[in-house]
Amino acid sequence: MKEHENLRVKPIQWHSEPDDDLIICRCEEITKGEIRKAVCDGMVTIKEIRRYLRTGMGLCQGQTCGKLVKGIVAKELGVKPDDLEPATGRAPVRPVEMQVLGKESEE
Amino acid sequence: MAKTADVIIIGSGIIGCATAYYLAKKGRTVIVLDQNDTVGNGGSARNGGGVRQSGRDKRELPLMMFGIKYLWQNLSEELGTDVEYMQKGNLRLGKTEEHLRILSRLAENARACGLDVSMVSGAEAREICPYLSDEVIGASWCPTDGHANPLTTTLGYYKNARRLGVQFYTGESVTALRKYQGKIRYVVTQNQVFEAQQVLVAAGYESREILKSVGIDIPMSKLLLETLVTEAQPPMFYQMLGTATADFYGHQSKHGSFVFGGSSGLEAVRRDFASDASTNLTASYISRAIIRYFPVLSDVKIVRTWAGWIDECVDGVPVLSDTPEVPGLVIACGFTGHGFGIGPAAGYVLAQLLAEETPSVDLSAFRYDRFRAKF
Ligand SMILES: Cc1cc2nc3c(=O)[nH]c(=O)nc-3n(C[C@H](O)[C@H](O)[C@H](O)COP(=O)(O)OP(=O)(O)OC[C@H]3O[C@@H](n4cnc5c(N)ncnc54)[C@H](O)[C@@H]3O)c2cc1C
Repeated sequence: MKEHENLRVKPIQWHSEPDDDLIICRCEEITKGEIRKAVCDGMVTIKEIRRYLRTGMGLCQGQTCGKLVKGIVAKELGVKPDDLEPATGRAPVRPVEMQVLGKESEE
Repeated sequence: MAKTADVIIIGSGIIGCATAYYLAKKGRTVIVLDQNDTVGNGGSARNGGGVRQSGRDKRELPLMMFGIKYLWQNLSEELGTDVEYMQKGNLRLGKTEEHLRILSRLAENARACGLDVSMVSGAEAREICPYLSDEVIGASWCPTDGHANPLTTTLGYYKNARRLGVQFYTGESVTALRKYQGKIRYVVTQNQVFEAQQVLVAAGYESREILKSVGIDIPMSKLLLETLVTEAQPPMFYQMLGTATADFYGHQSKHGSFVFGGSSGLEAVRRDFASDASTNLTASYISRAIIRYFPVLSDVKIVRTWAGWIDECVDGVPVLSDTPEVPGLVIACGFTGHGFGIGPAAGYVLAQLLAEETPSVDLSAFRYDRFRAKF
């Protein structure tokens, strides 16, 4: 991952593209342009993008847009999508009610 | 590419990023090193977002009050990033007379430092937050406390530090510091050597390992704290919430989800101090604690849980200090699980210290050499 890390030091110039208004993360309504702008602002890992923009933090937890986001970030950085670490999956895999999760220790 | 700078900062958490930003504003050249591939992937990306003064140790209060008064108010504007700071007050809840005694004592301490904290009845607390269970018989109330988004705050500082020319190197694990002619000079990582006249060690618990190379030790322990977040809810209440016995704490974020944190009490005897995986006990425990205070949230769904390390200092407040025995070295660690809210202020005064200006807040309570044996 050495090459794209240097991009933290060497800024990427912003230029707009015709499909920047396209919604990529539907849960959080985040567009392609916002993702590309975040890369220019120095967010160069999937974790940074997610934390900065909330992509993949909505109800589906990135199951729909994860791949798309990765592709856009990789293209912007000039690396292969597989070079980017995926965001960490977190428990619970499906949303669960507080009172259900809280029952773990009932006799 | 330059591997030298005026100042090298080790750690890209809120402390490292904020200090880098304020130093760059003063015209200093700065390099930030982090062992992780992602900026701010330690406690700074995992915390509960509390920006509170109440409940703090009185040694820490002046610095925290400085941050609330002068930095948090305009931080979103300053960083061109929505840090979601909300100053809607902090309720610390009590259910028993013993709880109220704890809360009154804390409130008294805070008032002695000039902070506005008062005790309110159960009914008054329910006027402030109508969703509280009837079991709550009283609370402390600090109207100037609040919360913010730790992710956008830390990355907002990063973005602006970078914009001002700070060079960030991730995936650089610092293994040692080296002196030259009695002063700090080199920072050694697994890949290369960096050089500066001044070094700030802000690497959380791992600061300990790094400082060992210059013969300094800060007595801290490493504990894993856990957090959970719910699906977004319509706006209900925006106060920061805590309890007398620290069963849980949390708030509703701007986005609508509730973020709650807590500890099971078993953290210090964790079997595995290598992995930062959530335990199977704590999220369940936090859920039970919340439901007792907020029955209305019973059916709200949890979408995500996570955990993060804290650097718990033996006397409960951080070290923010230069080190006369190693000129040029400054230490910032031991934030003891509440370094996010105080982060902007800590970064601000650390930048002053590194720039050889008089810090806006007296830092003598945070000396690195204050630790003593029992007798
Ligand atoms: C679950 C949880 C909830 C919390 N809730 C709150 C809250 O509500 N309010 C509050 O104020 N605080 C809270 N905190 C505490 C707060 O998150 C921390 O005090 C704060 O983030 C500390 O910032 P930092 O920059 O010192 O450390 P960190 O963010 O941990 O950063 C340290 C950095 O140093 C790097 N590093 C470590 N070793 C090396 C090395 N050898 N070489 C290079 N880099 C290295 C790490 O990778 C890391 O990025 C909470 C913490 C946790 C875990």
